[in-house]
This record gives sequence, C-alpha cells and structure tokens, in this order.
Amino acid sequence: MKARVHVTLKTGVLDPQGEAIRHALGAMGFAGVDAVRQGKLIELDLAETDPKAAEDQVRAMCEKLLANTVIETYTVELE
Amino acid sequence: MKSAVIVFPGSNCDRDLAVAFEQAGGRPAQMVWHKETSLPAGLDIVGIPGGFSFGDYLRCGAIAARSPICRAVVDFAKRGGLVLGICNGFQVLTETGLLPGALLRNANLKYICKDVDLTVETTDSPFTRGYRKGQGIRIPIAHHDGNYAADAALLGRLDAEDRVAFRYVDNPNGSAGDIAGVLSENRRVLGMMPHPERLADAALGGTDGAALFAGLAEAFAPA
Repeated sequence: MKARVHVTLKTGVLDPQGEAIRHALGAMGFAGVDAVRQGKLIELDLAETDPKAAEDQVRAMCEKLLANTVIETYTVELE
Repeated sequence: MKSAVIVFPGSNCDRDLAVAFEQAGGRPAQMVWHKETSLPAGLDIVGIPGGFSFGDYLRCGAIAARSPICRAVVDFAKRGGLVLGICNGFQVLTETGLLPGALLRNANLKYICKDVDLTVETTDSPFTRGYRKGQGIRIPIAHHDGNYAADAALLGRLDAEDRVAFRYVDNPNGSAGDIAGVLSENRRVLGMMPHPERLADAALGGTDGAALFAGLAEAFAPA
C-alpha cells in the first residue's frame, strides 16, 4: 500500500522559508495571508498490505529518520 | 593525540580537519569511511568534518547520522570519548542525539560565508581550555543551515550547566541565544558551526582556531 508522510516544523519553531513565502505572496498582491508554514511530502510504496502494520511501520520510520522530532512534526496518511 | 576524521560522501573539510589535528597533535589523523562499522582502537578524539554529507538530502546531517560509523561514534562518545563536530559535523551530532537542539535554515535564507566574531563562553572543556573565558576570537562560518534551534527550557539548561562554548557577537544566522557551539552534558562532545580548522595556521590568514587544537593536544601530551 501507499503512504504519504507530511513533515512540517513544529508550532513555535520559526519557519524562515514560510515567512519568505508569506512576504512574496503579499508583494504579489495576495492579501490576507496571515501565516505560511512549509514542509515536505514523502510518498512511500510499501509491500505491507495490512493498514495497521503499515501505519506502525511508517510511524517508526518517521521517528527514526523521516522527521527530526526535536523540531518537526509529521502526519501519516495511508491509501 | 590519536585522532580520526570521519569521511562521508560530500564531506569537504575532512582534509583540513586532519591537518589541524596533525599539526597540533604531532601524528597523522586516521581517515575513516562512513561504511566502517568500528573506529580504530585507542583513539583520543573523533572529528566529524564540515561539508554536505549525502547532499544535505532530507535534512542536513540526517542521513550521515544513520550511517554505520555513526553508531560507533555514538558508542565512543557514550564511553567518554571526545568528539568534535564542525559545521555539517555539528548538524550530524544533533541528528544523532549526542547534542541537544537542531540546526535550521539561516534566518535570512542565505548561505553565509565570512569571518565572524565569537566570544569564548567557557574554558571548562578539553576543546576550549586553550582560550581565556570571555576571549574574542574571529573564525569563519560557511553554512546555509546554522540557525541553532532551542526552546527556552533548553537554553536555560545550557546556561545553567555552562555548556555554551561559543556565542556570536553579531548573530549572523538567527541562532537562539546567539549560540555558535554547544557542549554535551559530560563536556566531551562539542558541536560548532564556525570552522576553527580554517584559521589554525598563519599561512591561512589567522590562527584564532589553533588554540582549540593546541588545547586538545596538550590534554593528551605525555606528562
């Protein structure tokens, strides 16, 4: 099955790239963007077919490598 | 002083660091490839050099920190071994968990390459014993991701335990607490973004970095 992992900086950790995007949007005339947080999307193709086992596996990957949980948070979606 | 320098694909300060270790310590550093699973026996210090290990893919230092040799480096540090991580090496050490915090993209989003002024905050470590407390030194930085991230609790702990080794005089990258280098709890692991190995010889234009290596070598000199 497939898994999608979103990794973003934790709330409260300054995101300079998100801030730069917000500034650029404002300069382009997109008004009313109060905050921008950017992150990364990681798509995984898994041999595992059991959703529960797949989710456990992907969460372990996130904890050990895909996210740095000191500064980042992640979400896992399976399909 | 018996030293080793870890080499990852994309390391580019490994030779400079080896030269600095050798000039101060009197014997050549052993170069250790990242696929090795153990360190040479009898080492006094392991250096993790600057560069762009694994192309900075995923996060700076993240892939290097999971390489086989890093398991041996973590074990070495846990047994009380000395580990010095410079620039990308600092990022690797935070990713292994040997040092607290993390290094984020510079606040101005730019790669910064210039000499910066630092203050030596503590002399109570094998790395900083060659300086005076409060001494001003000038050392180059060259990084895109040197913005040290630490929450208020961690900053308080680092201060209380005298674990900030160096601070920027004029913060170039947004680092919390102006922190340029931090020590581990046992004071035997140092991570720093500035490059002392790049100013450790008068022929390179300055010697402010030399005291770090000289101090280390002295600690291991036969009595």
